[in-house]
Amino acid sequence: MTTEKTYKVPTMADMMASGEEPEILFWVGCAGSFDDRYKRVTIAFVRILNHVGIKFAVLGPEEACTGDPARRAGNEFLFQMQAMSNIQVLNGYNVKKIVTACPHCFNTLKNEYPELGGTYEVIHHSQFLQGLINEGRVKVKDGQPFKGRRITFHDSCYLGRANNVYEAPREVLAALDADLVEMKRVRANGLCCGAGGGQYFKEPEPGKKDVNVERVEEALSTGADTIAVACPFCMTMMSDGVKNKNREDSVRVFDISELIAQGQGL
Amino acid sequence: MEIIQQVVFVAVLAATVWYIAKRVRLITRAINLGRPENRSDHPDERLKTMLLVAFGQKKMFTNLLVGVMHFVIYAGFLIVNIEVLEIILDGVLGTHRLFAPYITPIYPILIDVFELLAVGVLTVCVIFLCRRFIAKVPRFQQERHREMTRWPRTDAAIILTAEILLMIAFLTWNASDSVLRDRGVGHYAELKGIVPDFLISQFLKPLFSGFNDTGLMVYERTAWWFHILGILSFAVYVTYSKHLHIALGFPNVYFSDLQPKGEMQNMPEITKEVQLALGLPVTTEVGGSQTNDNGEQPPAEIGRFGAKDVQDLKWINLMNAYSCTECGRCTSACPANITGKKLSPRKIMMDTRDRLEEIQQGWKANGYDYKDDKSLLNDYITAEELNACTTCQACVNACPININPLDIILQLRRYRVMEESDAPASWNAMFSNIENNMAPWKFSPSDRFNWADQVNE
Repeated sequence: MTTEKTYKVPTMADMMASGEEPEILFWVGCAGSFDDRYKRVTIAFVRILNHVGIKFAVLGPEEACTGDPARRAGNEFLFQMQAMSNIQVLNGYNVKKIVTACPHCFNTLKNEYPELGGTYEVIHHSQFLQGLINEGRVKVKDGQPFKGRRITFHDSCYLGRANNVYEAPREVLAALDADLVEMKRVRANGLCCGAGGGQYFKEPEPGKKDVNVERVEEALSTGADTIAVACPFCMTMMSDGVKNKNREDSVRVFDISELIAQGQGL
Repeated sequence: MEIIQQVVFVAVLAATVWYIAKRVRLITRAINLGRPENRSDHPDERLKTMLLVAFGQKKMFTNLLVGVMHFVIYAGFLIVNIEVLEIILDGVLGTHRLFAPYITPIYPILIDVFELLAVGVLTVCVIFLCRRFIAKVPRFQQERHREMTRWPRTDAAIILTAEILLMIAFLTWNASDSVLRDRGVGHYAELKGIVPDFLISQFLKPLFSGFNDTGLMVYERTAWWFHILGILSFAVYVTYSKHLHIALGFPNVYFSDLQPKGEMQNMPEITKEVQLALGLPVTTEVGGSQTNDNGEQPPAEIGRFGAKDVQDLKWINLMNAYSCTECGRCTSACPANITGKKLSPRKIMMDTRDRLEEIQQGWKANGYDYKDDKSLLNDYITAEELNACTTCQACVNACPININPLDIILQLRRYRVMEESDAPASWNAMFSNIENNMAPWKFSPSDRFNWADQVNE
């Protein structure tokens, strides 16, 4: 890592205190804040934001769960309590544009907050990164370090089917000059990792197999050495699946922003 | 003789129309058990969706071969039934091929097209029977899917066989009719020189070479009656069958969801409670100005949260259930079902319709006010099924006519959690974490921003 460079993570409160407004709010999400593995994704994305010089801010300790898992599990009261409180905070800071690395936060903020009084332009970090690449603000150094690697992308339901974002993460990966291989069930037919709808927070119902194992078997059958994801829950489920298959030595799971950060040497 | 045929025909036709009207009223009443919801917004977008997905069968072409085969049955059956118009008029007026003298140049072309399509329908129906019962396509097998009990499998076999028989009747009727015309028997001679042989049935004429004139007339009349009675019976049967999709598929797609698949429907009655709890100004008008199909205001009182029974679901959910043809594409795409869990989106739809049928039986026996003590939740759909859903929307995406099983699952979940407080223990833990720690895990909210310390490591 570059030691001479200092990455900054300004909060909305800091910005407001100094009378500034960020271009974009980075909604970190609970997994991005607390999950050790996904914190590395948050950090990778923040480094990219710093690197390209985007004026961004986070809510920091003022951020709270969007309420997505509660809503999907059936607890509408809790969801709306969370949503209303978050909307008060977001509107209080006059937030206009939000980027997030979590498809569940993305879907909830984008599609479900407007009816409760929170209307923002919400984009997923795959779309944001795609924009940076298209504008030439992010360039992956020639062939390094991805030349000859095989990457397969796992569609997350709340990015893909839920919001029809299929191309952005693929275009981001295409910039890596790696060998992109597709699984059999992709895009609109993509198979869930097994985490959505509150499944992540409980044991699965009895069955023949865990959903993440089914999906990882499909990913491994492509011969990929890297499984790229764009969702914190997919990240855990796919990583666990790879471990279940005893392939953690040869197959790695990365978020697309981590791969871009690696390509930038960040 | 002629007049007896006419009288019988008119009587049968009237009885069929009366009975179907009765069935339509009953099914409409059942669908209207659901909660009102305005689905007449965005008519342009809805019309476009209906043209693409219902008329154009867009989603059926996900599997190209099956899509083409289904299209042959769909187009074939639809167009062949134009001929039914002539058959019905012939039956009522006691005429024979009424249109032929009036549209002489195009009449044989029309019948040729109908015959070609009839062969198409017949062929595809045979292939579909083979797929179900010989090739044993997994989504139709009871060993793999417990909802595929005897009745759904029989229903499919009846439909496909009936279509095959109807097409055979149509083709052999044309053939026997052609032979009678050739021989110049009775009134059949009137169309001699006006109506030629037809594209397909001309090759079936040798079948009838051994028939004497009387035998041939008997066959011609039998085939004609079998064909039209078959179609009328089919129309009645369809109202009891999964095959109702041939009618309801169109409105079902028209009224289907327009919002992104990931968007869960808001509960305005809860918004009000939450606004009061947080000391915010109340912005939502519960019940609002929404009216149901009959233009009636919904009851002002708040019902239960979520759905326990079909009455708590929306009318579109119930129309979905009546439109479902049990093809199982949803279930084949469901990650929970693929990995052996009990959840099957198709079963959710079949259970919803079965529950509605059960309520109708209650109405028939005890009047429309009758209420039994059963419910969709628990008596039909279990918590184990509901809890297994990942809300991945693969079922919603897979349905060729935009049925949404997920919407029903989520409404039932809402009832279980908010009315019965019967969530799995680990979900309750997740709820309390969100409530107390602002995250689904037990971390201190004040540690939320600690990750930033590692940015420069």
